[in-house]
Amino acid sequence: MDNNLRREIIVDNASNPFHKETKGDDFIKANTHNESCIDNINLYVKIQDDKIIDAYFDGEACAITTSATSIMLKNIIGKRVDEARKIMIEYYKMINEEEYNEEELGELNAYSDISKQASRKKCAILPFQTLEKTFKIYEK
Amino acid sequence: MNREDFLMFENNKDLIYFDNGATTFKPKKVIHKIVDYYSKYTANAHRGDYDISLKVDDEYESTREVVRKFINAKNTSEIIFTKGTTDSMNMIVFGFMKYYLKKDDEVLITKTEHASNVLPWFELEKELGIVVKFIPLTSDYKVTLDNLKKVVTSKTKVISLAHVTNVIGDIRPIKEISEYAHSNDIKIVVDGAQSVPHLKTDVEDSDIDFLAFSAHKMLGPTGVGVLYGKQDLLEVMHPLNYGGGMNSFFESTKELEYKELPLRLEAGTQNIAGVLGLKEAILYLENIGMDKIHEYEVTLKKYLLEKLKDIDNVEVYNPLSESGIVIFNLKDIFAEDTSRYLNHYNICVRAGNHCSKMVKDEIEVKNTCRISLYLYNTKEEIDKLIEVLKNSKNIYDIIL
Ligand SMILES: Cc1ncc(COP(=O)(O)O)c(C=O)c1O
Repeated sequence: MDNNLRREIIVDNASNPFHKETKGDDFIKANTHNESCIDNINLYVKIQDDKIIDAYFDGEACAITTSATSIMLKNIIGKRVDEARKIMIEYYKMINEEEYNEEELGELNAYSDISKQASRKKCAILPFQTLEKTFKIYEK
Repeated sequence: MNREDFLMFENNKDLIYFDNGATTFKPKKVIHKIVDYYSKYTANAHRGDYDISLKVDDEYESTREVVRKFINAKNTSEIIFTKGTTDSMNMIVFGFMKYYLKKDDEVLITKTEHASNVLPWFELEKELGIVVKFIPLTSDYKVTLDNLKKVVTSKTKVISLAHVTNVIGDIRPIKEISEYAHSNDIKIVVDGAQSVPHLKTDVEDSDIDFLAFSAHKMLGPTGVGVLYGKQDLLEVMHPLNYGGGMNSFFESTKELEYKELPLRLEAGTQNIAGVLGLKEAILYLENIGMDKIHEYEVTLKKYLLEKLKDIDNVEVYNPLSESGIVIFNLKDIFAEDTSRYLNHYNICVRAGNHCSKMVKDEIEVKNTCRISLYLYNTKEEIDKLIEVLKNSKNIYDIIL
């Protein structure tokens, strides 16, 4: 992805994040709490019959974490949990510089270079780690 | 001042280090002292009957005297070497307060304390049923005697405060508080991590019961610190560690006797290199003069605040605090993004909540960038910072 486009996607999503708003309390909640950085985001996901029917987030985080959360939500709302996990797997492959399916990821491709900055990798995977926490809670 | 004494500047030509609240650089004298110990007279302390071991004893015990003088304690037996402030605070809480306090006794702290002056008390609250309460702060986050009096009750037994806080950087009126505390039979514990390195400390004049501080924040090595306690209080403090160095004898009959202070509270081989390094650090600071250091920091801080005023998108949260600490954010930019941006220009500042996670209840922003100054910082470094902050419109081009 072209550098300018990449930056534009990230800045857009960091300054005007998708679904960074409160939508009610019948959602499954998980927090990013992470020892090594100060990003602190609550993720709220509503799942019915294995389908993610809605999701939102709040909290404070750096541009990478905020934008990645925003883009992740755009990508997973309306999908089934197993479909979201597929995206997650491709995303992790990309972050770890393995071969991956670009088409599955859409705007998430903006983070394809992130592995060059070790300290930013954590920020980029935080949203998906937190999403997985909500799935685990749902499956319990 | 004195930048030529610091190898970190020699080895990192353009580095601007504004994170002295986290740790400080070490002057050559401190480094050489440690290298000398490891290369010329390595031996254990309080053990041998041979020359180099006696030399270690001398060096180690004379450090106690240097520390005693530095904080104006009465006796060297009131100076205990520890691993640092955190270790000292835990000794105070679990070695003394655990036996001194009873259920329902009240301990007063504030929401701007560092974790090491919070969590030990929270644990003791769970263990003993004491009650930890918060002194309300003024609108500029200060502790005043008036505010303190509002929460003191007949059950208040301890006031435990940082002399200088690590986020706001306010200097507490410890002497005044301690006078009031003692007239009400309340003990006063002082976390000196951010004050002893920057201000003249006088435990006798302030009449402090316990004081904790770390060497690494005052030009000394990591892993070593000091616990000061009044003689009569340390006499009844329970060691948290038992073993070699702290016992006089023990028998298979279980008969035993522990040593007198201070050794009773220093079980096991201590951080000897660290202690010797601490001595050099204190001598170095004394040679410049603590008053001069404080004055210099205040001048720098004023200069920094003045310059920050010129930048529209900078918000400073503690303009009125008296120490060399400034916390700020760039408008609409997350603190960690700002610190990464500054890092791009070799400027080190700390982003986050600075181990004081309750501060957010007070200043309503969870995360900030912190600049903490020390004697080797300069106006030129501040000018560079200001220039970089002024150009921060392209922050995302730099960090993304
Ligand atoms: C006010 C305050 N108290 C305690 C500590 C803990 O010091 P140490 O990590 O050296 O034990 C710090 C260090 O950041 C501090 O700033």
